[in-house]
Amino acid sequence: MKLYRRPSEFAWWVTNRAYFLFVVRELTSVFIAGYGVVLLVLLQRLAAGPQTYAAYLRFLASPGMIFFHLVALAAALYHSVTWFRLAPQAMPVRLRGRRVPPPAIVAAGYAAWGAISLVVVWIVLRGPR
Amino acid sequence: MIHRTEPFWWLLFSAGGSVAAILAPVLILLTGLAAPLGWFPAAFAYGPLRGLAVHPLTRLVLFVLIALAFFHWAHRFRYTLAEGLALKRAWLPVAVACYAAAVAGTIWAALVLIRL
Repeated sequence: MKLYRRPSEFAWWVTNRAYFLFVVRELTSVFIAGYGVVLLVLLQRLAAGPQTYAAYLRFLASPGMIFFHLVALAAALYHSVTWFRLAPQAMPVRLRGRRVPPPAIVAAGYAAWGAISLVVVWIVLRGPR
Repeated sequence: MIHRTEPFWWLLFSAGGSVAAILAPVLILLTGLAAPLGWFPAAFAYGPLRGLAVHPLTRLVLFVLIALAFFHWAHRFRYTLAEGLALKRAWLPVAVACYAAAVAGTIWAALVLIRL
């Protein structure tokens, strides 16, 4: 006789692709917050002086930390794409009483993301002033 | 308490999601990969980077990004623990622990950025 086994509650999200991607999206926030912690330590070392800063950059160049940042970058990109794609559902925009078409809201989000990213790159890379 | 203040936490989650969506990828690329791999040595030398970091606008943007990213994490992680790991019965301690961690992280971020 085969007994009925209740599916485990613990792993419900691996049973279905949509559920799995939902949990992956939730977990992107762990990597983004983790990056926030690493960035704060970097700023702390920057305030402590040139040697401390150089030593921390060497630590960040270790394979483990490069791997962490590659995963964090992938997580952040996945977060950005899903965030802008869901924006019309999460915050419908009305202009002069008419609903702005969802694709326009998505496009505006991507445009703001691209433009601000370019500005940040320009500010950081224009080098010594 | 958490139930009654839910809109407030959701607002922080949503603001954090938007700020992170715009700024996280480019900053991870710059400080996590370009700087340690030595791609733009002049830009990431101590002097120029310190000069950029101490600018009031830089500090403000970094504070807003990091603090909101912590609250964004707290909100999502709370639901991942409560539903993903079926810890629903413990939802109140889970929520309090997650938001307390975000508050602690925010205070730490403020201290680091003030002392820069």
